[in-house]
Amino acid sequence: MATKLLHAVVSGVLGGGVYALMAVGLTLIFGVLDIINIAQGIMVILGAYLSYALSVHLHIGLFLGLLITVPAMFVIGVVIQWAFIRPLSGRDRTSMSLLACYAVAIIIEGALYWAFGPNYVTLTASYVTNSVHILGFYLPYIYLYGFAMAVALVIALYGVLYRTKFGRAIRATMQDRTAALLVGINVNRVAALTFGIGVAVTAVGGMVYGATSSGFNPNSGYDLISRLLAIIILGGLGSIGGALAASVLMLTLESIVDIWSPTWAVAVFYAALVLVLTLRPAGLFGRQAARAQ
Amino acid sequence: MTVNTTLGRAVGAAILLAVCAVFPLVVTNQQVATIGIDTLIFVTAAVAWNIFSGYSGYISLGHAVFFGSGAYAAGIAARDWHVTGGAEFLLLLLGGVVAGLIAVPFGLIALRVRRHTFVVITIAVFFIFQLMAFNFSFTGGTTGVSAPFLLWNPATYNDPFYYLALAIGVATIALSWLIRGSRFGLQLRAIRDDEDRARGLGVRTMRVKLAAFMICAFVTGLLGGLWFYFITQVLPQSGFDPAFDLSVALMAFLGGLGTVSGPVLGAMILVPAQQYLTEQFTNDYLSQIVLGVLFLGVILLLPRGVIPTASEKVASWRARRSGRLAAHAAVGGSQAAAPPGEPSAAAGPVAKEVPR
Repeated sequence: MATKLLHAVVSGVLGGGVYALMAVGLTLIFGVLDIINIAQGIMVILGAYLSYALSVHLHIGLFLGLLITVPAMFVIGVVIQWAFIRPLSGRDRTSMSLLACYAVAIIIEGALYWAFGPNYVTLTASYVTNSVHILGFYLPYIYLYGFAMAVALVIALYGVLYRTKFGRAIRATMQDRTAALLVGINVNRVAALTFGIGVAVTAVGGMVYGATSSGFNPNSGYDLISRLLAIIILGGLGSIGGALAASVLMLTLESIVDIWSPTWAVAVFYAALVLVLTLRPAGLFGRQAARAQ
Repeated sequence: MTVNTTLGRAVGAAILLAVCAVFPLVVTNQQVATIGIDTLIFVTAAVAWNIFSGYSGYISLGHAVFFGSGAYAAGIAARDWHVTGGAEFLLLLLGGVVAGLIAVPFGLIALRVRRHTFVVITIAVFFIFQLMAFNFSFTGGTTGVSAPFLLWNPATYNDPFYYLALAIGVATIALSWLIRGSRFGLQLRAIRDDEDRARGLGVRTMRVKLAAFMICAFVTGLLGGLWFYFITQVLPQSGFDPAFDLSVALMAFLGGLGTVSGPVLGAMILVPAQQYLTEQFTNDYLSQIVLGVLFLGVILLLPRGVIPTASEKVASWRARRSGRLAAHAAVGGSQAAAPPGEPSAAAGPVAKEVPR
């Protein structure tokens, strides 16, 4: 029992690290552009399929392939923002952007079905099948590598946000778009690059997700996006630290409940969300401002 | 002119109603009749969605909760109480009431937050309901619930469903029209424009929002029951279908959010278009891509929907014409006609006339 619990906590924390990376991308996009990118889930799956295509057809290793997929996803993100998000304006911008992102999502989903079919696939490599024996249970290497990379990337993102001029421009735009514009920040450029960065991290998240999950197909994006949304709302919209804490917390909680009832484990996510929001409408770490109209 | 447009609208509505009423008598093709029922269900669902989300500005993407609950309530009641034949249709009311009751706790939690957070909570509640349908034993798990077969003449099997859907649809559109012109509707739109100020002016915002939420939940639950008896089976993924949430929202957006006729038009365009695309492309995925591209086209080219854009065009055309007539009448023509595309001062109030 104790081993099971320990195993659940460890795999929850490791999985939480990967979700944190994807959730930070989502919450950054929200903070800067004031939109929810509900295409983020299918973007993760797109990233996973890109890694899959590279490893199966060109025999490029999963980690090496990231050198190609990350820039590719960055470009895709910038183009989507420029073509479909930037032109939206007016009172209904919030809801229009949700629908625009949804439209992008179903186009990508359809394209993935067309290219890869509805069968479940997995990413394979030696470090996916081989396991390391620690603390009395076996853990595939990919969990450790994936977690290490996710943590490194989150630290790098933090570094960019809090130690560079561009990061300061991003944070300024998140705080007050008009004021940022007034002090000479090119808000449109910041928005495009932020969307690109937010989407680029899904290439990494997608690769690790594809290697650690039991299999994925184009439909897996719905499951992912609903979890990611729950995470960023729980952490407080636009709060980067909140997204990190909420992903580790939720994934750990889920894998602990999974010991008793695998079927209800997913519901924990949403039940926790509803519970927290009845007590704290701004989320665990959210500013009250997140509630303002 | 106001009298003219009101009369025009009434005549238009009457013609549309007459066409809908004779549709199943003229078109006997069962496949087309099925599309007709589908269209009516979505027209009503979009109008009901618009009563809450369109008027109050709270975009709900969890309306399938009510649709699925209505379907399951009607199905489980028919199964457990052994109701058969035409009496089943009384159970539709039960489906509506169950959905309306679900809206109370749902609304009390979700309506405390606004904008993005509200949207995400509706999505979360939606997934909870789908999971419950999968995991509880009384919902039949993955096999769902089946309706008892109705022993009707196959040739006219669809007709009762069609006319019932039409009746519910007409009633809902009338309700939407009444609400829009009422004090209640005004309060809802005040919440949409500035909720804090509305509350400052004495609108009991929570009560108003919850009432609208329950009204549309009731109608959506009724429709869920009707759809269930027509399809004769409900599965967790078909009753609680994410595509339903988004289609209904898109229909209202396409036609014009917050207008009475917009959702009707949007659904009447989209449902047949969707069916046509599915039939036209043998490749299912290609039709999905085409639908997505259409979606984006609508959002980028008609961001406010067909009805508001069209009525503005008509208004500015009328203003320009009357402006030109005035210019002709003016001695020496010193008063130039308003340049095209730029509404003149006189056109101001006309252009602002709220489309309905």
